[in-house]
Amino acid sequence: MSEALVMGAVAYDPKVVTIWDGFQRWFAEHDFAFDYVLYSNYERLVEAHFHGDVDLAWNSPLAWLQAERIADRAGRRAEAIAMRNTDCDLTSVIVARSDSGIESAADLRGKTVAVGAADSPQGTLIPLGHLAEAGLEPDSDFTVRRFDVLLGKHGDHVGGERDAAKALVRGEVDAACMIDFNHYFFGKEGTLPSGSTRILAQTGEYDHCNFTVLDDAPADSIQRFRELLLSMSYDDPQVRPLLDLEGLKQWEPGRTEKYALLAQAIDRFGTIDEFVARVAESAK
Amino acid sequence: MIVVDLRDLGLDRGGHLLVKRALGRSAAGDAVAVRGSAPGLAVDLKAWCRSQGHEVEADDGGWKVRRSATADGRWRRAEATGDPSAVVDDAPAHWGLAARGATVEAGAPAFDFPLHTRDAIWADEAAALYAQAAAAQWDPATAIPWQTPIDLPDEVEDAIVQILTYLIENETAALVVPARFAAQVHPHFREVMQLLAIQAADEARHIEVFTRRALLRRSRLALSTVGGQASLKTLVDEADFALASFLLSVLGEGSFLNLLRFLHEHAPDPVTQAVMRLTAQDEARHVAFGIAHLTRHVEADPGFLTRLASAVERRHDALAETAGLNEEVFDALVLLAAGAWQPEAIERGWDAVQTLQRAMEDGRRQRLVRIGFAADAAAALSALHTRNFM
Ligand SMILES: [Fe+2]
Ligand SMILES: [Fe+2]
Repeated sequence: MSEALVMGAVAYDPKVVTIWDGFQRWFAEHDFAFDYVLYSNYERLVEAHFHGDVDLAWNSPLAWLQAERIADRAGRRAEAIAMRNTDCDLTSVIVARSDSGIESAADLRGKTVAVGAADSPQGTLIPLGHLAEAGLEPDSDFTVRRFDVLLGKHGDHVGGERDAAKALVRGEVDAACMIDFNHYFFGKEGTLPSGSTRILAQTGEYDHCNFTVLDDAPADSIQRFRELLLSMSYDDPQVRPLLDLEGLKQWEPGRTEKYALLAQAIDRFGTIDEFVARVAESAK
Repeated sequence: MIVVDLRDLGLDRGGHLLVKRALGRSAAGDAVAVRGSAPGLAVDLKAWCRSQGHEVEADDGGWKVRRSATADGRWRRAEATGDPSAVVDDAPAHWGLAARGATVEAGAPAFDFPLHTRDAIWADEAAALYAQAAAAQWDPATAIPWQTPIDLPDEVEDAIVQILTYLIENETAALVVPARFAAQVHPHFREVMQLLAIQAADEARHIEVFTRRALLRRSRLALSTVGGQASLKTLVDEADFALASFLLSVLGEGSFLNLLRFLHEHAPDPVTQAVMRLTAQDEARHVAFGIAHLTRHVEADPGFLTRLASAVERRHDALAETAGLNEEVFDALVLLAAGAWQPEAIERGWDAVQTLQRAMEDGRRQRLVRIGFAADAAAALSALHTRNFM
């Protein structure tokens, strides 16, 4: 038990237990001792990671930036070793009702824009950053209405974006922000009735979650973990239901260049500065 | 290259079906050209492709979608659940609830259906018996002349209500037993599962019509004895399908067939008469299935006869200290056949019930012989059958 590689993740949904229990079994059958610890929020996970409580972390993009910046300040090094194929090259969109007369992002001046949870990269930070870049400062040039479902989970729970979309349909707000897949998905499930909305703006591309390791991680086991992870095949009936639950077809090598948009947004809004400073102090 | 023109159809209104169809006709790695003018198509197409693992790139005012190699993964190791028109010897747990002749994805959960072998449950007659049962379903509301006035002497009416009270608890056992086993049969053997289900439905109807007839002229039902329920409990408690089916259908329902025909013959009113005729018709099917699959079972494994015999002996021993048939029921049968209180009439009734019991005995012996018992063994076993009839 003691030599198992321990991963930390956030319990944003009960299915998380099914997923990691399943992966644990799969790793065990491949002679690899793997265990996991669940945290209720990403800040707790990032902090625990720097305290050495876990060997690697399944991080949201915001948690990745928190880890990267804390590492920088504390003279440590963070690395993204793997990610889901479905987490690459995402975009978010800003949507208005088609009958609202709002034709472009510029028309949002003086209006109300619904976003997801305050710490959601896709539902809030990146789209608000996009509007700010376009010259519309949130909370001064337009009103921001936040749908804070499960704060600390960095928007992993779809509820905030869905509530924002529903508020748009009900006419309570003038626009709503959501990840591109949710635009498709909300259309499919009927939350956004077909033809009732129009896309005002689409953000640039960004990446989502990754497996993060710090410089003191056990290199051999991390190496083996990564090899096994990348070898998981959607053809394998044992692992396929877990990949379906976790929403991917294939694990890919990690990359970090596409966190730039989020980095830009949080620099502008100062979203994680205080947290980074505090944890960096204790991580030195 | 296949070209799909969605025109103004978006992915929010089913456009993905056309893209999927085109991808399905192309080899993995091959590109499909997608065109379309729906607002939001660029966003939705990219998001949908990402979730499916397909690659997408903008191309000449439209998009080029490359089919993912994982697209076929789900069905690569899929398995056929046999032939729709033939059953296998042993149905695997992971075929689960899938239809016979379907294709199941590998990795499906294993279901616990204890009755999964052909030898344990199958009878070639199951499909025909099920079809017959489905065709012979009758509507209690219209099949029975409930409106016919009934005016029987009090004692005759009481006798009828006592007999019906007894019948209802027996029918309840006859519902509970197949209902429980229906849920244990591997759905691969769907004709057996269906037959057990419709058998349970038959019994539900029997309980209904017996109850309704009993309450036509009375506000309460009659007596239920320890001996009667103890006898039925040994049936309900029998955990083995073949043994339960043997005790219930071949011996119990077989005897009931004689009883229902007797009641039909001696019914003092048209409602009771119709009720007995219709229920007997259903019982004949229940008996036929029990005989069919047990005959098959014995053919496959002659040693099985020993187990059947010892089940009867065990049940006899378990019931040795109980009273057997409710005396009230026995007397009610005599009175019904007598039709009057004159000593000659009672004697006639008594004789009729003796004849009924001999008919039951003969019937049981014949059915035991049908299954494969030698004549003397059949006679000995029949004599050990519960005095409660069922
Ligand atoms: Fe019945
Ligand atoms: Fe029956």
